[in-house]
Amino acid sequence: MFAPLQARFATALLDPGAPVPEGVVSHTGAPPVRRFAVYRNNVVVSLIEALRARFPAVERIVGPEFFAAMARLYAAAHPPASPVMMWFGEALPEFLACFPPARELPYLPDVARLEAAHTRAYHAADAAPVDPARFAALGEAAGAARVALHPSAAILRSAHPIVTIWAMNTGATPLAPIADWRGEDALVMRPALDVEVRALPPGGAAFLEGLAAGAPLAAAIEAGLHETAEFDVSRNLAGLIGAGLAVDLLIDATTGTP
Amino acid sequence: MTAKTLTAATLAGSLATALALVAAPAAAQDASKEKCYGVALKGQNDCAAGPGTTCAGTSKVDYQGNAWKYVAKGTCTTMKTPKGNGSLSAKAS
Amino acid sequence: MTPSALPHRAGVGFKPMHFADILADAAPIGFVEVHAENYMGAGGPPHAQLAALRERYALSLHGVGLSIGSMRPLDGAHLRRLKELCARYAPESFSEHLAWSSHGEVYYNDLLPLPYTEETLARVVEHVDAVQAALGREMLLENPAAYVGFAESTIPETEFLRAVAARTGCGLLLDVNNVFVAARNHAADPVAYLAAFPLERVKEIHLGGHDETVDETGAPLLIDAHGAPVADPVWTLYGHVLARAGARPTLIEWDNDVPPWPVLRAEAERADRMLTSERRSPDERSDTRGADPHLAALERATSPVAA
Repeated sequence: MFAPLQARFATALLDPGAPVPEGVVSHTGAPPVRRFAVYRNNVVVSLIEALRARFPAVERIVGPEFFAAMARLYAAAHPPASPVMMWFGEALPEFLACFPPARELPYLPDVARLEAAHTRAYHAADAAPVDPARFAALGEAAGAARVALHPSAAILRSAHPIVTIWAMNTGATPLAPIADWRGEDALVMRPALDVEVRALPPGGAAFLEGLAAGAPLAAAIEAGLHETAEFDVSRNLAGLIGAGLAVDLLIDATTGTP
Repeated sequence: MTAKTLTAATLAGSLATALALVAAPAAAQDASKEKCYGVALKGQNDCAAGPGTTCAGTSKVDYQGNAWKYVAKGTCTTMKTPKGNGSLSAKAS
Repeated sequence: MTPSALPHRAGVGFKPMHFADILADAAPIGFVEVHAENYMGAGGPPHAQLAALRERYALSLHGVGLSIGSMRPLDGAHLRRLKELCARYAPESFSEHLAWSSHGEVYYNDLLPLPYTEETLARVVEHVDAVQAALGREMLLENPAAYVGFAESTIPETEFLRAVAARTGCGLLLDVNNVFVAARNHAADPVAYLAAFPLERVKEIHLGGHDETVDETGAPLLIDAHGAPVADPVWTLYGHVLARAGARPTLIEWDNDVPPWPVLRAEAERADRMLTSERRSPDERSDTRGADPHLAALERATSPVAA
């Protein structure tokens, strides 16, 4: 009967204190501690490496030793449930938010959220942005149009300058003290093959969240205006169209077609 | 501008302004594709060579869970927050 | 059932860092192999690259996460993902491992060993049948590189694989590095292993590098790390396989500390040269086992003195 041994083998993989399961042997006759450790090591190190690959900015912020130690605890607490390793680490932001050794870095969970969204955008479905001419053709029907956002798009709100922090820790910008420490809302998307991360202008998150929820363009703009008087309609529309964020325009039959 | 003043006409005007600001994204897409094909793509979990042949180098016996410290060797000490330099806690609890 | 049909040439395990080099290479490689699980997102660069490769090369889809050796049922969702991927790329071959990697709700991201008994044989046969039925194609099952044994094992690995192939009709993927690694790890003879291996079922060969260490008793402990060139005794063993079985599609696996393209390419060229000299049908070959020059070299390489 292999099933009970398989269960013990599996449990011992993520528990460094567990003995080599009974029935696991070596030709030497000695308990195969080092041999079993190869499997244990493969599992734990490969999971740590998978997190390192997905969260490079988090690693840079905390340093490699801290990251490896944290990742080991995360892997034991939230081991992957699927062989599709690209999604491993989905719960890391929440784990970091409740991880006492990182409590002095309140921005860290949001940086992890941004990196998790980055991977999702990387692997998201492909879609072609709509031709700006279709926006031009909307005319007075524009307010009633619904905009389908790119499947890769994610909007993240943060009380911390996460886009600035992320850029500094991925080598995009030089590392420096952040004098103007204020919240940034991030847009993560992949209009073609490169993932793009940008800081949204004031009210931009409310505007895009409105569109993502299926609100007509006018209602989404009103959501942006409602959030802040600084909301700049033209600038946000230009961002929407210029970024290739819109992949379809839907006009309600009752309002006519453009 | 407030929500109450957002008429169809003002929206159409804003849209016209926006379109004038926009460079066609199609050209950017081609450049992006070119770039992607030309350079090695980093990370994105593709490093997962597959089980048994992990990225880590399997000869490294590195699974023991107790031999580490919370050492602040990252960039967190450089990016000062308003509340201080945000070093990692030396206390593990 | 679609049979596995890779060209009888050398291919390479695809790494994204080599994408531009592979496409620019004047002399095309025989085929590319990818790990299926890396292409289970919806879109993006992985699929853009794989689609571009697929246009030019024969493709081997190599699964690493199906857990065929698990006593628990197969993961139906994962099988559906594999089916979608096969439909999307119509690969020349699909292969998986004689190993397990999931238990309960947890995926361990490693190829874990199983004992060879009538019980596990029945389960593996059931799983291979299910995979072939779901995919509508022949699958290849790969021999593992195990680091431990099991007290309950009663069937030699070669007989176990022979029985799985006979009962399911599946093909076999012979990893020659795994043969060498496992033989050293279990103080066994790799040549005897190959003599017992059902070579007629082999539709792909893997070659890769390994690490060498020792266990706490000082006995050799070889690790299938795929982070180095193919070792000399493994090349020798490969020559022995070709002499007995004729040319077979052969993959160079190099997954860690991946070298620049010309280094990997040179490994594939070495395999290709050996394939060219052996590329003849089994009917045309006489039985060379008695006077195999590869064997003498291998015996020197694996003698206790060399160890």
